[in-house]
Amino acid sequence: MSTHVIGGSPARLGGLDRVTGGQQYVADIHLADVLHAKLVTLDCARARIISIDTSAALQVPGVRLVMTAADLPQPVPRFGPQFEDRPVLAVGETKYHGEPVAAVAADSKDAAEQAAALVKVEYEELPAVFTIAAALDPAAPLVQDPALRLDDPLARTNVLREHHFGWGDVDAVAASADLVVEGTWTFPMVTHFAIEPHAFMAAPDGDGIAVWSSIQHPNWLQKTLAKILGLPLSKVRVFAPDPGGGFGGKQHVKLEPLVAFMALRASRPVRLVLTLEETFQTVRRNSTEVHVRSGFRADGTLVFRDIESNYLLGAYADIADRTVTKGSYAAVGPYRAPAARVVARSILSHTTPSTAFRGFGNPQPIWAVESTMDEAARALGIDPLELRLRNLARRGEEIIPGDTPADGDWAQTARKAAELVGWGTPLAAGRGRGIAFGIKSGPTTGLSYSTVRLLADGSVIVYAGTSDMGQGARTVFAQIAAQELGAPLDWITVVMGDTAVVPYDQQTSASRSTVLMGNSVLAACRAVQAKVRAMAARVHRVDEALIAVEAGLVRLPDRVLPIVDVLGPGLGRLGGEIIGNGEMRKDAEPGHPLGGSAAFYEFNCTAVEAEVDQGTGDIVLVRYVTVSDVGKALNPAQVRSQDEGAAIQGLGHTLMEHYIYDERGRIRNLGAIDYRIPTSMDLPLEFISETVENADGPGPYGSKGMSEGALLCVAPAVAAAVRDATGVVIRDLPLTPERVWQALQERSNT
Amino acid sequence: MTDTIATQPIEVTVNGRQRLLDVAVHHTLLDVLRDDLALTGTKECCLVGECGACTVIVDGRSVDSCLVLAVEADGAEITTVEGLAVDGTLSALQQAFLDTGAVQCGFCIPGQLLSGTALLAESPHPTVAEIHEGLAGNLCRCGGYQQITEAVLAAAESADRAAAGAADR
Repeated sequence: MSTHVIGGSPARLGGLDRVTGGQQYVADIHLADVLHAKLVTLDCARARIISIDTSAALQVPGVRLVMTAADLPQPVPRFGPQFEDRPVLAVGETKYHGEPVAAVAADSKDAAEQAAALVKVEYEELPAVFTIAAALDPAAPLVQDPALRLDDPLARTNVLREHHFGWGDVDAVAASADLVVEGTWTFPMVTHFAIEPHAFMAAPDGDGIAVWSSIQHPNWLQKTLAKILGLPLSKVRVFAPDPGGGFGGKQHVKLEPLVAFMALRASRPVRLVLTLEETFQTVRRNSTEVHVRSGFRADGTLVFRDIESNYLLGAYADIADRTVTKGSYAAVGPYRAPAARVVARSILSHTTPSTAFRGFGNPQPIWAVESTMDEAARALGIDPLELRLRNLARRGEEIIPGDTPADGDWAQTARKAAELVGWGTPLAAGRGRGIAFGIKSGPTTGLSYSTVRLLADGSVIVYAGTSDMGQGARTVFAQIAAQELGAPLDWITVVMGDTAVVPYDQQTSASRSTVLMGNSVLAACRAVQAKVRAMAARVHRVDEALIAVEAGLVRLPDRVLPIVDVLGPGLGRLGGEIIGNGEMRKDAEPGHPLGGSAAFYEFNCTAVEAEVDQGTGDIVLVRYVTVSDVGKALNPAQVRSQDEGAAIQGLGHTLMEHYIYDERGRIRNLGAIDYRIPTSMDLPLEFISETVENADGPGPYGSKGMSEGALLCVAPAVAAAVRDATGVVIRDLPLTPERVWQALQERSNT
Repeated sequence: MTDTIATQPIEVTVNGRQRLLDVAVHHTLLDVLRDDLALTGTKECCLVGECGACTVIVDGRSVDSCLVLAVEADGAEITTVEGLAVDGTLSALQQAFLDTGAVQCGFCIPGQLLSGTALLAESPHPTVAEIHEGLAGNLCRCGGYQQITEAVLAAAESADRAAAGAADR
């Protein structure tokens, strides 16, 4: 029995079911007597709903329910994690293309689809805004009803919030800068494209309701439904089977309230499985324009940053404004900056509601700010890596005054990436290299409970409310339990995704779970160990103070026993088990601009060697290096998967992904044919993912969260390599062949 | 609008088992596998043949089951992810997916496995470039392409070892 599984890469828990087809995602679960739901939407973004005629739809055989806003409690309930602005169904007007105005439930998918097409909605298309410029026009139509924003001075604008961060006096120190680089960088609207489209089911459950969702945050959903339905939390049971990819797009409540109302009204289970096209209309990342001025002294010392970011949100806020604050708060980067001024706006528009997406508001300013580092390096004649290293915060130095200081040896990470990419070595003709740093604040608050049951035979059940959406949380928690309690990994079961059984967890986001839930599980295991220690003292008639329990072993004065050998005599004839509870709490800090300081930082250095096809503008990634400071890789194979996966997702928004809207606010490239994400053909020719491990994180065994780091600075690293290879500077993403080719043409023409 | 949906009988062999089915003429093979046969290992995502989540093997060829009408599969021999393991023993490729850490969220994995199985049947010693091309129609948003490629290579090697072992005996 190996008790030292931390730092190994055992087979993933749940892996077997995933290779045999046995893993059940929400859409794979069959409920008896279930009705199939289909949404009714309009063919434009913003419209006044004049009337809805459901009579033809109701004539379709098998149709049991056509629900409109009129069938909901009045006023129609609204919900949202930050602002309760999203109605269960569109009220009076639709605000984005794809917003449901009604929904049909029928005995079959066929009948539901047929009936949904027969719901006649009379509507008048209204002027709408789809871009930052249009939304900020003083004459622009308002996205949000000012009545929802009482006492808000911005209520008569489309600016939901304007945030200000900073320190020092930028204007005063600007004069001491020898060089100021300035520009505007744009970041496209991209979507999560989890291969599992969002799926929801609801069923009356005694005097309450049961809901199944592909959601990342089952406890948020439970809370939201309890409030909307007027039920106690104990009567709302949320089943959250492992999502088939989340990436932030499944964090918060989407269509579960609608499905819940339908199930209660029909008195039957209802299921709604979105099409991929509908997921495009449900979730996306904020597109952003970032204007940056960075000031430097001639020796490369950073003097100030002045950043103004406009983030384009959709029609409802979801958690997007939080991504704006969190991303822009850390926008200065991992550097010592004597003065900084950050203004960031959350701007509403008549588009798909934006939400959390891996990186959470950070990749946008990082794209701009890191690019100014390259422009400054060129202007000052300093190597871009050297310029960054000169300003990079050393361990313990503040990067944001008053917040968590630098918590790693980041220069070590950067030098490792540089070495792996061959920084400074001769390049083949036509090739270039780029390097960039990315930093993201980890969770600012958190609360994770867990329970660990050590059963009579030494096997273990762990209850942890994290969602395992591919990151492998289940495996990591089992490794912690195996390490602490000595059970072999295949004797450990990890139960997740059922709010009636599993204790509360705030959420699965911000790469928090290894650190926060991991510490909670560790604490639960330690509580079990304490009881084992008392048991060993009793069984062996030894003073408890002389006994230590660690790493699955009971250390008595005269011998060492595996825990399981103490359990048998300790539990006695009736058997039983030992139960430990864990709690990991990171409380809010009053007065902190984000509500709390960073639990840790994710720091990544990405270095790229690229070649550009002068004839087509195609970028060939010859060598791609990502190095993340992970503290301690509890499971190196999963760390590598997260790191590479984040990098590949970053290559999506860097090279190919972007929504294209038409003049009526419809996504023209809706679906998998016209919206391209990276495939196996888009892999870099050589792809290296490495870590730095100094066991200096706050998580179990010195770990840090790391699932987003490698996405943060993909774009500036690739763009810098393109610049190095070709001389062209491109400030708009994605770097499609067309855009690169055009830039090359413009270069040749000048 | 019609009250009755037109159906047609088909006979298919799915994972070695013969099935006589009465299928709606407009239903895809994917619909029938998931809804009529409860073989939910085959996944539904894009429904336009671009993502590969619904890949199955039909008469030896990997196909997107969302693009095939069930009636077109009449007489066909079909393998889904549920049919890859034999008597509870994983195929070499399934085992390699576990060993190389190719499985993350898992939603694309059935499709990747079927495409990989078809590729290895056609080309038992694929190069990395051939694997990338052979699996280019199977999207993995977790970004596990390197590990998936490693798994296909490992499965090819283990098939060689097994063949060598059989020759030794």
